[in-house]
Amino acid sequence: MDTIDQVAVKRGEAEKDSSAPAIAVEDLHKSFGSQKVLNGISLAVSRGETLAVLGRSGTGKSVLLRLIIGLEKPDSGSVRIHGQDIVGLALDQLGEIRMKMGFLFQHAALYDSLTVEQNVAFPLQHHKKEMSKSEHGDRVKKLLMEVGMEGDLEKMPSDISGGMQKRVGLARALALEPDILLLDEPTAGLDPISAAEINDLVLKLQEEHHMASIVVTHDLHSAKTIAGRLALINEGNVVIEGSFEELQNSDIEFVREFLKHS
Amino acid sequence: MFPMVSSALGLINKFLEWFGDLGIFFWQVVRAAVTPPFEFRELFRQLDEVGSMSLPLVALAGAATGIVLSLEARYSLTRFGAKSLLPAAIVFSVIHETGPIITGLVVSGRVGAGIGAELASMKVTEQIDAIEASAVNPYRLLAAPRILACILMLPLLTLAADLCGLLMGWVTQALVEPLSLRQFIDSGFKGADFNDFLPPTFKTMVFGLIIGLIACFQGMRTRGGAAGVGRAATSSVVLSSLFVILADVVLVKLILIFFP
Repeated sequence: MDTIDQVAVKRGEAEKDSSAPAIAVEDLHKSFGSQKVLNGISLAVSRGETLAVLGRSGTGKSVLLRLIIGLEKPDSGSVRIHGQDIVGLALDQLGEIRMKMGFLFQHAALYDSLTVEQNVAFPLQHHKKEMSKSEHGDRVKKLLMEVGMEGDLEKMPSDISGGMQKRVGLARALALEPDILLLDEPTAGLDPISAAEINDLVLKLQEEHHMASIVVTHDLHSAKTIAGRLALINEGNVVIEGSFEELQNSDIEFVREFLKHS
Repeated sequence: MFPMVSSALGLINKFLEWFGDLGIFFWQVVRAAVTPPFEFRELFRQLDEVGSMSLPLVALAGAATGIVLSLEARYSLTRFGAKSLLPAAIVFSVIHETGPIITGLVVSGRVGAGIGAELASMKVTEQIDAIEASAVNPYRLLAAPRILACILMLPLLTLAADLCGLLMGWVTQALVEPLSLRQFIDSGFKGADFNDFLPPTFKTMVFGLIIGLIACFQGMRTRGGAAGVGRAATSSVVLSSLFVILADVVLVKLILIFFP
């Protein structure tokens, strides 16, 4: 039987967890062989907030996202999702956490043997078994309508453009109504019009779903449009974090150099 | 001298590392396979993929083996004056060894390469990561049904190979001199019991485990784009064939000990 003090402590921890940032990364280190990719990076994102992570290619931006969703394990440091440390969790325990997270891969990573409709239905079929087939179908159509792809249900991923694949990937990421959204280079490889459409779409979805989001990009315009806060990373750590104006007013040489060439 | 020793040690180290990773992978698959939710739909799809899609090739290989065995055995036994033993020699060779091993090698070529390439392609295009990110266990969805399908289908495919091998063995004999199927069966199976038939057939479940496990492992750990996919397919076939042959050596000895 718990004593009153123990109960109070547990309640306090629960309250602390509910007030914890949606995503909190602390002193994260990651190397691949002799190559150090992340070198003690720390970041936090609250519910309803969007953070854009900027940096040169190969500075570990995508690795950071993969660590947050548990696709890679850090060498040291912690990754907390709603206050719970996910480092070292077994795959099925991690699955419980991942159900609250949506991930848009850089190249969309659609299942190439499934149609657009089946791709979006995939998470529902595995996690919403209480829903009927027609309810799945309705939800898939609604999601595809949100991303403007409702007319391409039967198409295969190879039959649609890169921008369309990203839209479908976004619909799939939103299928389980996550409260955390991770976007890896959402506009990379797209023409300016498609990139602007994706930016608008992400903004609209964030407003509607009120998620905590991290957008990894090297597209400054996209970061400015989508995110309220920006973090510029270099050599595996955050050089500066703040609003776009704060970045513009920074005296740090690397920041000036980055903004000049963006 | 020293560089040779150090490269040999490096190779041993690599092999032990590979073996350790394979053991961890196997444990992950077993854990995923025995806990719900069970992926029955994917299992049935894989049973069809491994079983019915491999059937024509296995049957053809079994038939060809039956013909070759029949021709070779006829030549040898006639030389030694033991022609009357011809049906028994064919039956015992096919059921004991050639049927199971030919099935194992044919399936490791067709299915091993297929699984290795398919999973490797999914890995390099981040589809396996997407499955994981969707909170679905890829060991449960991808590896367990494929390995289980290989384990369940190998004995059935072996039966098909045995049947085709025996039939073609009889046809080859019957073309040379009159021999009815009944005579061939009566004479061939004289003195045979279940111990001659069941252990060699069921040992192919181990071949199925080896083929499925190695192909899934090689596919799901691939790195490096299209070249990586090619390497995964090749290594799946080479390693699974090699381990099927090695396992056969051990299993034959064990069968002789436990089912004399």
